[in-house]
Amino acid sequence: MVGIGSFGGYVPRYRLNRMIIFGSMGWLNPVIITNARGEKAVANFDEDSITMAVAAGMDCLRGVDRQSIDAVYFATTTAPYKERQNANIVAGALGARDEIRSADFTGSLKSGTSALLSALEFVAFNGGKAVVCAADCRLGKMASTQEMVFGDAGAAVMVSDQDVIAEYKGSFSVSHDFVDHLRGANTKYDRMWEERWIRDVGYQQFIPQAVQGLCSKYGMSPADFDRIIYPCYYGGARKNINKALQVEQEKVQDDMLATVGDSGSAHPLLMLAAALETARPGEKILLVSYGSGCDALWFEVTENIEKMQDGRGVSRWLARRADLDNYQKYLVWRGMAPAETGIRGETDKETRWSLVWREHKAILGLWGSKCRKCGTQQFPPQRLCINPDCQALDEMDPVYLADKGGTVFTYTGDMLAASVNPPAIYGNVNFNGGGRTLMDFTDCTVEDLSVGMPVEFSFRIKFYDPKRDITNYFWKAIPAVGEVK
Amino acid sequence: MAEGIRDKVVILGMGCTKFGERWDAGSDDLLIEALTEALQDAGIEKKDIQAAWLGIHIDEINIGKGATYASGALHTPFIPFTRVDNFCASGTEAFRGATYAVASGACEIALAIGVEKLKDTGYGGLPDSPAFGQEAVMIGPNATAPGMFAQLATAYAAKYKIPMEKLKEAITHVSWKSHQNGAKNPRAHLRRAVTKEQIMGAPMVAYPLGLFDCCGVSDGSAAAIVCTPEVFRKLKPNEPMVKVKALQISVSSGEEAMFTRWDGAGIITTQTASRKAYEEAGIKDPRKEISMMEVHDCFSITELVTMEDLGISPPGGAPEDILSGFFDLDGQIPCQPDGGLKCFGHPIGASGIRMIYEMYNQLLGRWPEDRAVKNPKFGLTHNLGGVPTQNVCSVAIFGVD
Repeated sequence: MVGIGSFGGYVPRYRLNRMIIFGSMGWLNPVIITNARGEKAVANFDEDSITMAVAAGMDCLRGVDRQSIDAVYFATTTAPYKERQNANIVAGALGARDEIRSADFTGSLKSGTSALLSALEFVAFNGGKAVVCAADCRLGKMASTQEMVFGDAGAAVMVSDQDVIAEYKGSFSVSHDFVDHLRGANTKYDRMWEERWIRDVGYQQFIPQAVQGLCSKYGMSPADFDRIIYPCYYGGARKNINKALQVEQEKVQDDMLATVGDSGSAHPLLMLAAALETARPGEKILLVSYGSGCDALWFEVTENIEKMQDGRGVSRWLARRADLDNYQKYLVWRGMAPAETGIRGETDKETRWSLVWREHKAILGLWGSKCRKCGTQQFPPQRLCINPDCQALDEMDPVYLADKGGTVFTYTGDMLAASVNPPAIYGNVNFNGGGRTLMDFTDCTVEDLSVGMPVEFSFRIKFYDPKRDITNYFWKAIPAVGEVK
Repeated sequence: MAEGIRDKVVILGMGCTKFGERWDAGSDDLLIEALTEALQDAGIEKKDIQAAWLGIHIDEINIGKGATYASGALHTPFIPFTRVDNFCASGTEAFRGATYAVASGACEIALAIGVEKLKDTGYGGLPDSPAFGQEAVMIGPNATAPGMFAQLATAYAAKYKIPMEKLKEAITHVSWKSHQNGAKNPRAHLRRAVTKEQIMGAPMVAYPLGLFDCCGVSDGSAAAIVCTPEVFRKLKPNEPMVKVKALQISVSSGEEAMFTRWDGAGIITTQTASRKAYEEAGIKDPRKEISMMEVHDCFSITELVTMEDLGISPPGGAPEDILSGFFDLDGQIPCQPDGGLKCFGHPIGASGIRMIYEMYNQLLGRWPEDRAVKNPKFGLTHNLGGVPTQNVCSVAIFGVD
């Protein structure tokens, strides 16, 4: 049986109330008030589609042996690299083996489900486990509808041929060169055609087309499904789609527009993760994506679901929130407005790729080493044991530290260091199981910290090199989000 | 058994520029100024120097690599001239080079000169440089020196369970005292006495360190000419002789950064170097025997933990000693009589030699009444370079006969 083995979600900590956007930009485009309900999730200054995909993947892979993963797929329309496989950065962070299949899925908002279909077919053909991580961090121009609607988030699904929590029953896809939203290869901001056309011809026709296609293919009726998941940020269109499909409102999964916003290629999978948090055995789930067409997928929840309803998913990330009370901060973090971080902030940091390759296990996966002689865990990986009473040479085994967590040993908040989110918070962290390292902290204030408090690790942008368009990643400490049961 | 260098080397002459924002002076001007004073004080000519060591840390923005910039600026006559860098201990490291050369008998008169031109960066604080290598650029924090040293405070407060407000009160006294001393010193960078309220109320630089918890970033140079006692007696038959009693350096093993044994509330290298230095100098009880100190107060919290690391204050006892005035100019062991890094300033490569300059002049009784330490016997200097998790410490002790 092939299906979903696990799921995970990620919503960044900062939320921007849409009335703040309206309050700042309504003078230019008063009509954005129509979308000014609720709040949208905003990636921190050190987050992007890769880091959010990793966060969702870490949530999804709790308790999963990383060596058992055979494929890692990354879906996004906001990848930082055109050449340099983004999925390999995600795979490295998740601690996967080198001998795996990896691929980036992009170009449309249905790339998340396209990656999921490929993962399902990979496992159906090869067996094993494939992980799909999707995330998006799309930008609309100031005062645009997109700026109001889009939110940042990530979601992940692990496909497996064992102990599945939801069996994959079938799919149907439609593909159209329907240009409702568009970004050229060198364009930063989304551009859209008239919304009435997108709503009436796009969502209201393509989603029913995909659902009806799946139903005719398998002799089903939309009413046979217990949960129907599809993204569509037009409230009126949602009503019309439900009516066209003749499905009851309560079976339709909440679109999280008021809490997260439309998270692009991640959104169908984010809604799926939210659905799986409460799904009951036997439920039939219909998952539909939208963007240059639609993918429709049919899953049936199994008895195993209860084992995975341990806190993973979306809720705990939604609960972990902080107000972004400042529109200008949002602009600066997203690189939409130039901000002075001082001459210190102009320091040229060149990425030395041969060094990065040599140290890629430590950089991407926070791999340390553990001494076979004395058992001391250490980071970065050492050849000579750091234990002064041991100092054994070349007696090390690699150890994946990214999911270990730790405790604060020392900390500070630094106003001198160049940062677009001052103070720069960092300190020494003691890894659970031994070893210590100095690292950046994020998603917290200095006041949140105390010596001895538990932290977990979050994959983040380490620094961006504007001269060479290079985004570098490493792990930071965040206050422990709360234990999964 | 190594016998050390106690009493084998003496100071023949010293020089030190005014430290500060020397916008009109380049490194060459500063070097010339320091050496000219040192030569006059020594009563010798440049050609009498047989070997030279240059201490400088942040080379790229100053004078490049090696020592050719200095030899060219000073027109030294084809003598050996070696650049040494050991973070903020670079000045003392240069002094060690010259001292060891004389102690070994390889030469009779040697020069140690340190310089740093920090005010050509365009911004405050130390220059941002990959000081810990390229791997650290990829995995290390987005850190500055104040943030790295500020962590001593969070660890210290946690270890000794003292409220941060109480610790802040003690480190405020540290800076207040240095401003009192610096205000009296015409060569100091920062020459204004400040109130404790000003210190406490200053903007935060790196929690819990405010602006006045951080030392000045300055331009400056200092020079020391050392020789054998025999040469000194020949040149200055009737003058008191300042002798090197001990000079020790200790460098981190990596343990602090990666192993979980270190408590984070003190500096292992300072503990190590000072114990070796006391042994070399024959000092049994430093709290009773040391007369005065110039320590590496890059940040007020550094000075506080240094008092314990040097074995002057008991563990956890530095706040009490500090607040009781033990280290004030009129206290039992005046610390930073010249204003310290805090107020005299901190041109990195020059700082170690500047500290020796102060001990040397105090031991010779050359300073006016208002900033003179009474009847000093032993003066101690201490540099701490790098960051608490990865550092270099030098401890030197001087005495007068």
